[in-house]
Amino acid sequence: MVNFAKIYNAVMEGDDDIAQEEAQALAQQGVPAMDIINHGLISAMGEIGVLFKAGELFVPEVMMSAQTIAGVIEMLKPQMATEMDSRGTIIIGTVKGDLHDIGKNLVALLLSSNGYTVHDLGSDVDAAEFVRAALEHDADIVALSALLTTTLDNMEQTIAAFSAQGLREQVKIIVGGAPVTAEFAAEINADGYSEDALGAVDLVNKLMEG
Amino acid sequence: MIIGELLNSSRKSIRSLIEGQNEAALLEIAQSQVAAGADYLDLNCGAFVKDEVERLAWLVDTVAAAVDKPLCLDSPNARALAAALPLARGPVMINSISAETARYREILPLALEYKTKLVALCMDDEAIPTSAEARYAIGARLTEDLLAAGISPDDIYLDPMVQPIAVSARGALVIFDTVRLLRNNYPGVHCVCGLSNISFGLPNRRLINRYFLAQAIACGIDSFILDPTDRQLMGCYVASRALIGEDKFCAKYLKAHRGGLFAE
Repeated sequence: MVNFAKIYNAVMEGDDDIAQEEAQALAQQGVPAMDIINHGLISAMGEIGVLFKAGELFVPEVMMSAQTIAGVIEMLKPQMATEMDSRGTIIIGTVKGDLHDIGKNLVALLLSSNGYTVHDLGSDVDAAEFVRAALEHDADIVALSALLTTTLDNMEQTIAAFSAQGLREQVKIIVGGAPVTAEFAAEINADGYSEDALGAVDLVNKLMEG
Repeated sequence: MIIGELLNSSRKSIRSLIEGQNEAALLEIAQSQVAAGADYLDLNCGAFVKDEVERLAWLVDTVAAAVDKPLCLDSPNARALAAALPLARGPVMINSISAETARYREILPLALEYKTKLVALCMDDEAIPTSAEARYAIGARLTEDLLAAGISPDDIYLDPMVQPIAVSARGALVIFDTVRLLRNNYPGVHCVCGLSNISFGLPNRRLINRYFLAQAIACGIDSFILDPTDRQLMGCYVASRALIGEDKFCAKYLKAHRGGLFAE
């Protein structure tokens, strides 16, 4: 029985060095990268999500652990490529006219630390650019962010662009950002909405299972 | 200068008061901010994506008719501003213009026509820069352009764009460095910022907001968009202004003391 406690704790504490040393040691013992990621990293992120929702952990702590995970995943990449599939492909970006990227970056980091392949298009992204990237990478999910009430319309237009290209059925579109509400998401026919970054991971997991 | 932030539609309780046109409750909040020491009252209807124009006009008209304080019209939407500006009585402020091409072009004529004060965001079409030097460069260009267009320096309030320290460790330092550069090179213009962004994602947000306010004042920010009914925050503002020599004979500090602002 492989013991994942050490790497799990290193992720909880955001200790990059110990997490990477431990991941290396496990890999040398012949533990598959997929197991290290699932039992060491993703399970720790799950616990962090629970503690965050309970108000016991705060945003900087979540980011710290997500960065630790990203470091380990980067290190395990060569091994992962040969043995494990990505859990899914996500296109993410902030919609046209909106330069805010902090929340979007956090969601991107959390999704990649949960085993998804994430293509981050940055901020101020055209509807056409979202469509192009979704086609190029054969995306499962497109995640749209907006922080301004004035750019909420561009979310709607981005979704319309997918419909216009006949792609609306093959791609799930999810939305988030301070001015976005569940009602607004329903109004513009998005497939999902989350209030915060960890909720976005749950949402993506659910959509990928469904 | 204190700009009272409470009448903002992104707060759910305010949104529903505006939706229900509950004049009495909205005016009570306006008056409580005036009584607490607000110099301007910020009015925001941005959460009404479809009918911001009508909502902001109604809110401005309602508050202006009953409250004798200048208003700060909070919208990037030139149509909403154009409809609301004629309804504001007395001095008025626009929150906000920026170096974004379209926004600058649409809002500048309104500021000139109504002789408003202007909150000017240090961002352009490209991005909100992460370095103080780059943010200063946008603020400097914006200041030069506004001065050349005929806006008085005393009417310009540069906003260095606060970002949360929870996600960007240097978020506060970038603000302080940007403001020092702006104040050194353009001593006649003002700097303004909001407070609540700085503490996003952290517990005890009011504590962070308060210490940030004190440090921001020391760096040269002279105006704040905040909740003036937070007595500890206002106490911090008054004391910090006295500490940097912006309170002759400590008169405002002493007045606040006698008024009980610092009482526990």
